[in-house]
Amino acid sequence: MSFDASEFRKLLESIRFLYGYDFTDYSEASMKRRVAHFIRGRKINSLEELGRILLRDEDTFEEFIQEVSVTVTEMFRDPSFYKSLRDKVIKRLATYPTIKIWIAGCATGEEVYSIAILLNEYDLLERSIIYATDINQKSLQIAKEGLYPIANMKTYTENYIKAGGKKSFSEYYKAKYDSVLFNKMLRQNVVLSPHNLTADKSFNEFQLIICRNVLIYFNQNLQDKVINLFYESLCPLGFLGLGGKESLLFASRRKYFEEIVKKERIYMKTE
Amino acid sequence: MAVDEKYQAIAIGASAGGLYALSSLFEQLPAEYPLPVMVIQHRAKDQKELLEEVLQNKCKMIIKQADEKEKIKRGIIYIAPPGYHLLVEQDQTLSLSSDELESFSRPSINVLFETAAEVYREKLIGVILTGANSDGASGVVAIRKNGGLTIAQDPQEAQYPQMPQAAIDNGVDHIWTLKEIQGFLNQLFVQHRNEKD
Repeated sequence: MSFDASEFRKLLESIRFLYGYDFTDYSEASMKRRVAHFIRGRKINSLEELGRILLRDEDTFEEFIQEVSVTVTEMFRDPSFYKSLRDKVIKRLATYPTIKIWIAGCATGEEVYSIAILLNEYDLLERSIIYATDINQKSLQIAKEGLYPIANMKTYTENYIKAGGKKSFSEYYKAKYDSVLFNKMLRQNVVLSPHNLTADKSFNEFQLIICRNVLIYFNQNLQDKVINLFYESLCPLGFLGLGGKESLLFASRRKYFEEIVKKERIYMKTE
Repeated sequence: MAVDEKYQAIAIGASAGGLYALSSLFEQLPAEYPLPVMVIQHRAKDQKELLEEVLQNKCKMIIKQADEKEKIKRGIIYIAPPGYHLLVEQDQTLSLSSDELESFSRPSINVLFETAAEVYREKLIGVILTGANSDGASGVVAIRKNGGLTIAQDPQEAQYPQMPQAAIDNGVDHIWTLKEIQGFLNQLFVQHRNEKD
């Protein structure tokens, strides 16, 4: 399904105007595919019709937001990233009396549990607070429940081991039919909350911010804005971890970050 | 009309058996090839840049793993990073996504072909090579709908025939051997050079 470019922009503008969700600075190609997917699923005939429905029907709008803002993730995704956190970041974090971490764009929470497991293995979980945020409320609900398909555990276990995991991964969950439930202890200090990176402000100061595979969906302008928000939300010498194909290339603040592990996109705020 | 105006970009999809097929297509192409080439090769996520290194050793064109927001330039072969979809934006830049698998794949050939078709329209060439699945089959439909040219590797020759066959079942302009595809890609360069002279 191909959309008229100006029609598409008009739809995003009116969504922003009426509901405050700003997708106008998202990369267009992915966004269009997601919208096309929604339209096909609802048997809607055109972009125009979708626009009319969204503007008068809040329930459908809510479903639309949930569907177009959903992101997929996995536990210990890119194990070498977590290995680098173990090797280069954890010891520095351990020097703080309270460790505050922000996982921005936490999706369905797999990364949250991964970080909690990592902290737990260094006996740091009890004095950490993990703020995990996402724009998508349904995803946050899944993160809160900690219930994931058992079919994924093989990959996650492999990832965990590659990431330098020290225990048997199955110690962290209980299998229940075709799902597994992650240990409640892991989310003792996790605060899950909705946050919209395109509009909301900084809400605390952190020693580590993790935001992986979120920036790829934003245009250069919005990437710069979000990096700025991270800069303001990091303590001096705080760490920033991005996705494997993301960088500070488009950030005006890039000079204020030092590369700690270049390949894994782990940075430190220098001033 | 200059050839580089007739076609503006080439998109190639390959899966099982793709390394040999890709390197035989690219080996002969000169460094100053007049079109950009975008490639989806299904591969394991932890392969990192092995494919790029192997291909670069055999090719004169620049081979690089695609970066997000990268401006698409002629003479460069862009390969989708493992684990990411590769998409083409209207301003002829590349973007990446880690959205759901499509056709059981990420990167998915359909995602590249469908987004590239919307940007390059009749000036896109889409090529489906060897593979043991049916990714790319709906991608060729999108390219044809937009007036672009579609080519499938002859399944009789392909190491894994399923993928080119699935494309053929949906309708392609040419069913060619690697040698014929290579000849066609080379001839685009020769024509381009002659017209410039």
